[in-house]
Amino acid sequence: MNQGDTNAIEAALRLKEAAGDCEVVLVSMGPDDAINSLRKGLAMGADRATLVSDTGAAGSDIVGTTNVLAAVLTHETPDLILFGQQSADSDGAVLWAAVADRLRQPVISQATSLDLSEGKATVKRQTEYGYDVIEAPLPCVIAVSDGINEPRYPSLKGIMGAKKKPQAIVTLESLGVGAEQAGTAGSRTEVKSLNDPPARGDSQLIEGDGEAAARVLAFLNEKKLT
Amino acid sequence: MDFTIPEELDEIRAGVRELCDRFPGEYWRELEPDRYPEEFVKALTNDGWLSALIPEEYGGPGLTITAASVIMEEINASGCNSGACHAQMYTMGTILRHGSDEQKERLLPKIAAGELRLQAFGVTEPTAGSDTTQIQTTATPTDGGYLIQGQKIWTSRALHSDLMLLLARTTPADQVEKKTLGLSTFIVDMKQALEAGNMTIRPIKTLMNHATTEIFLDDVFVPTENLVGDEGKGFRYILDGMNAERVLIAAECIGDGTWFIDKAAAYASEREVFGRPIGANQGIQFPIAEAHTAIEAANLMRYKAAWLFEQGLPCGAEANMAKYLGAEASWQAANACLDTHGGFGFAEEYDVERKFRETRLYKVAPVSNNLILAYVGQHVLGMPRSY
Repeated sequence: MNQGDTNAIEAALRLKEAAGDCEVVLVSMGPDDAINSLRKGLAMGADRATLVSDTGAAGSDIVGTTNVLAAVLTHETPDLILFGQQSADSDGAVLWAAVADRLRQPVISQATSLDLSEGKATVKRQTEYGYDVIEAPLPCVIAVSDGINEPRYPSLKGIMGAKKKPQAIVTLESLGVGAEQAGTAGSRTEVKSLNDPPARGDSQLIEGDGEAAARVLAFLNEKKLT
Repeated sequence: MDFTIPEELDEIRAGVRELCDRFPGEYWRELEPDRYPEEFVKALTNDGWLSALIPEEYGGPGLTITAASVIMEEINASGCNSGACHAQMYTMGTILRHGSDEQKERLLPKIAAGELRLQAFGVTEPTAGSDTTQIQTTATPTDGGYLIQGQKIWTSRALHSDLMLLLARTTPADQVEKKTLGLSTFIVDMKQALEAGNMTIRPIKTLMNHATTEIFLDDVFVPTENLVGDEGKGFRYILDGMNAERVLIAAECIGDGTWFIDKAAAYASEREVFGRPIGANQGIQFPIAEAHTAIEAANLMRYKAAWLFEQGLPCGAEANMAKYLGAEASWQAANACLDTHGGFGFAEEYDVERKFRETRLYKVAPVSNNLILAYVGQHVLGMPRSY
């Protein structure tokens, strides 16, 4: 599970603990064994999980993925949708915006604090220069930053109890998502190739040969960085 | 024969590892030489890991001994030290198996919730050592209970425990049919005894940070409701708990061994001398591989002992052999790791020397490996008693 997702789960659990009567539902799309990642969220304290697992969804880009996730979320009709800011693999930080767009809901990203009251969310949004305080009516989509909280880790009872919580694995068909909307057929982008970034020609490697510190210092002096 | 590791164990392992990651080497180094890892034990307690063996009806998760041993293994494999708290997991077993319903209902839910710490086990005495039937501490009947008089030594975690399980002689040795009779097990409220001035606890400085003590008992009053089971049968009750303890200790050794092997293999592959990684030399590589092989063999015996225990089958030999193999293998791995690191192994910041000191204990406690050999020789192989 992405670290950012655990921040989102933690934020949801804190809201539930404060509000009482509500439910935290985990939603994901992936292969069958992705349920193991969701189980960690259940062990943290979420109430149930829904995983969309379908060979027809394999290879989905952001267009296909948002088609599927929006279908699940339309079915669930949550008051609040929380995302981690970005995934640990591709660091895209766009999925929440695309899902919000599909659902035609307000979206706030980079949330470092979150309060709910009187049918609206109040979010402190971290920027390069400080904070914005933004309000949005519910339902809305919020992507939380890793600074919003320190995620709890699952207790033994949580781990043991997670198995007994509802864990649904659903197909595209059950969601009413057509084959042309997901997977490679539902995608609008194609990855042609992946390459390492080009090497920087001007880099120097200074190895620890006993005089490395002096050479680093000389280099910094030369660049007037000391 | 199915060697598949149940998924549940992987989840437990991951959960323990996640907690332990918050207590890195720096944390343990700062505790040296003798500060108790309160924060670590509190985290384990709050998240329920130490109540693993308490049945669900008393508020625990009711895990198997295999699962409980995985918790201990993973603590040590992550670089932490379960010696600070392992007894909280298994000492309550004596109450669970032999205590009255009233005792179980009174104590186990509080132990499961972490409200009561029962992690002191007063058996060994200065003049008795492993010869438990020769203990001199006595419990004399008085109005409403017993008065305990005597001395215990190597009672670990006594300063960090609310209750102590204590063995005392209730019938003099010369008045019993067998010397194993006439001993009784009591639950001692340590806080109360300390406040009443009848108990003194003195820490003993040791090779490693282990919070062990000697305890002086001067007419400590224990009410009748804190006698466990029948008077005079306490020795059997204590022995009954040994198999579970042996399996858990074996797992701790395996955890230590895993830590040493991982650390040694990584360093042997990274550290370059004479223009190549030192692990390319058989003199470095083979001791690590040998130690790994020994750890794996010990691990098989640990799982076998745990399986027998869970089936309710006799497992004394296997549990003891698992502890023996684990302690020998972790010590072998410790030496391979220290040798691999050369001078750096002696530097505190590598944690090798700390783990080295910690794992040495397992060859001596809670039972000496030589006594296990004596047990195997006499009770498994039928040879004459050797001690």
